[in-house]
Amino acid sequence: MAIFIQQLINGLTLGSIYGLIAIGYTMVFGIIGMVNFAHGDVFMVSAFIALLLFLVATTLFGFGIVPALFLVLVLGMLITGLWNWTIERTAYRPLRGSFRLAPLISAIGMSILLSNLIQVIQGPRNKPVPPMFTQVLPLFEENGYTVGIGYKQIVIMVVTAVLLGLFWYIVQKTPLGRAQRACEQDQKMAALLGIDVDKTISLTFVLGAALAAVAGVMYIMYYGVINFSDGFVPGVKAFTAAVLGGIGSLPGAVIGGLLIGLIETMWSAYFSIDYKDVAAFSILAITLVFLPTGLLGRPEVEKV
Amino acid sequence: MTQATHSNPSDAFNLTQALKDAGFAGMVTFGLCVPIVAFRAEQDMANKLVLQQRWWMALVITGLVVVARFLFSLHQHSRRNEHAQETSAGVTNALALIKPYLAPLGFGFITIYPLVMLAMHGPGGSIKWIDNFGIQILIYVMLGWGLNIVVGLAGLLDLGYVAFYAVGAYSYALIATKVIPQTFPFLGVWAFWICLPISGLLAALWGILLGFPVLRLRGDYLAIVTLAFGEIIRLVLINWVDFSNGYAGLSSIPRPSFFGIPFNASDTGFAAVFGLEFSPIYRTIFLYYVILVLSLMTAYVTLKLRRLPVGRAWEALREDEIACRSLGINTTITKLTAFAIGAMFGGFAGCFFAARQGFISPESFVFLESAQILAIVVLGGMGSLFGVVVASIALVGGIEILRELDFLKEVFGPTFDPSQYRMLVFGVAMVLMMLWKPRGLISTRDPSVIYKERKAISGSMVQEGHG
Repeated sequence: MAIFIQQLINGLTLGSIYGLIAIGYTMVFGIIGMVNFAHGDVFMVSAFIALLLFLVATTLFGFGIVPALFLVLVLGMLITGLWNWTIERTAYRPLRGSFRLAPLISAIGMSILLSNLIQVIQGPRNKPVPPMFTQVLPLFEENGYTVGIGYKQIVIMVVTAVLLGLFWYIVQKTPLGRAQRACEQDQKMAALLGIDVDKTISLTFVLGAALAAVAGVMYIMYYGVINFSDGFVPGVKAFTAAVLGGIGSLPGAVIGGLLIGLIETMWSAYFSIDYKDVAAFSILAITLVFLPTGLLGRPEVEKV
Repeated sequence: MTQATHSNPSDAFNLTQALKDAGFAGMVTFGLCVPIVAFRAEQDMANKLVLQQRWWMALVITGLVVVARFLFSLHQHSRRNEHAQETSAGVTNALALIKPYLAPLGFGFITIYPLVMLAMHGPGGSIKWIDNFGIQILIYVMLGWGLNIVVGLAGLLDLGYVAFYAVGAYSYALIATKVIPQTFPFLGVWAFWICLPISGLLAALWGILLGFPVLRLRGDYLAIVTLAFGEIIRLVLINWVDFSNGYAGLSSIPRPSFFGIPFNASDTGFAAVFGLEFSPIYRTIFLYYVILVLSLMTAYVTLKLRRLPVGRAWEALREDEIACRSLGINTTITKLTAFAIGAMFGGFAGCFFAARQGFISPESFVFLESAQILAIVVLGGMGSLFGVVVASIALVGGIEILRELDFLKEVFGPTFDPSQYRMLVFGVAMVLMMLWKPRGLISTRDPSVIYKERKAISGSMVQEGHG
């Protein structure tokens, strides 16, 4: 039982990170029907940006850890948003309305480009991040096994919850969110009613990247290491989460992310750590075969 | 930002606008560069990260982008003024003129290619040219043609094609190193020729096994599930050490024999039997012709299948699945045959790959390979066999050429390593080629059914592929 609760805490932490990345996939798919293959690598770039900003803030300007992290979070979201804006503008927008595979191939190319760009400019070695918030808050003890929640786990869950709330507010209550939901339903009609569709799509990419940047900060804080090739696997898992929750559905992406995080940690704890990725990929396949619309997705209507 | 279009075509060059665009592009680039280029985190002796500042690099990149954006505006302007239509029509006419001779010429060239290289570079120097360029490109041509059946003809997007390549390679490696020596050791020299069909059949079997549950999915979903399967097979190969020897891979895989005569220095070896001086080049040339025959077989089967009912059904399925069902086509069987036949050719190619390398490990079957094969098919112009050849030469040959750029070391100093930019250039090329020609290099193709005369069909007339 103690181990189960410990794994539950670990799983929810990991799941928050996946959920944040998954929103980027699900929003882009919802609005332009494209699997943004490079999103995992955008997340990896954001983690590098966060790492560098953190080092700049702490070593060059002498900030403390908490103000530095806050600064990293805000600036990281902005710069990652700029990255994804540029990517959308150069690699995806010219292909909008082209045939279906073109943006996907372009996104795969972009994914290769981003990871190798980071390899070239930051070097191929693992970057160890200075440890932060290493204390653990003990919760209870059972048979000599102490269940604890790390301070960084608390930080991750709280920051994720706050930002998801903020994000939910943007999508549900602001003009931008309304425009975005309108474009999701019918781009032509939205354009006729005076919504700037191109701008809305660009902002969707920026929002998705901002959340991926939060995930990037959380990731380096949690794992303490980042490498140029670390975008692919979390990216695919986050996509799995988006599909599991029902692609196009925002709460679905978060729930899917939490589930994937839980399944991965539980699998590692009770079965085999070697096959944890196999478990995640199998879930993706099984979900799509038996539940193609995911948990909260709308059923697809086939039109003749 | 490089794609901004001018909505009002004016004859005079709008200098202020061009400068504004260039300045904006520069600002964005500088913003992108700020943390990630201007700083670099390096480990010191204590394995702690220290910052290095490289503002000059960020400034150089920004400057380059500003200049490039300005030149792009100039280029757009000059292109608007000259009649772009006419020039492109002229190119098309020229292509149409040489088209009838293209196939026999190209075919003749690839047939004599190894001999030309042998004559030019001698037995020692030509191995690199035949192996790295010839064989490597032909493997990708074959994989491209195999995947073309699934993606180009049947319209099923497969992102895990490398799984079948891996199945073929591991089938050969395991049968040839474990099964044959224990059961029929005297068949050792024939191992490759026995395993080639077995590898293909096993891959096809896996194609059916994996395809059956997922083929009712459409479009992007199918793509992602195939990606997941590709990764699962690779992860199992890594983790199931008893079966596949994990990361370490399988080594000393028997090389193919010349129909029972091994390529070695012994008295019964190829060189001795044919009275030649021993040299490894004979095996390389032989391998070149093996893969050439295998890929031509793939092309032949594809061309023949397109004329059979099943091939017609594939293309009809690609265009409109609902119409197909209403006409009584069994979509599951049709998709499964495409998946299985595509997988089979992947298996053949995998078997050949294992035999050529003599060593395989899961590292050879990463997602990047699948992406590369798919890129070849899409860049070639899906459904076009000739396009696949052109794209393979451009992508694979291009990557190989980047290995040869040692002279750049003299320009940028001895620490400059061109090979580390290989995949970066590959990614950039993939994006740029999609932007330049979203429908692939060869975007017209002969129709399958002819009424009176052959007419090329534009790529934009069809859903996924061409024709």
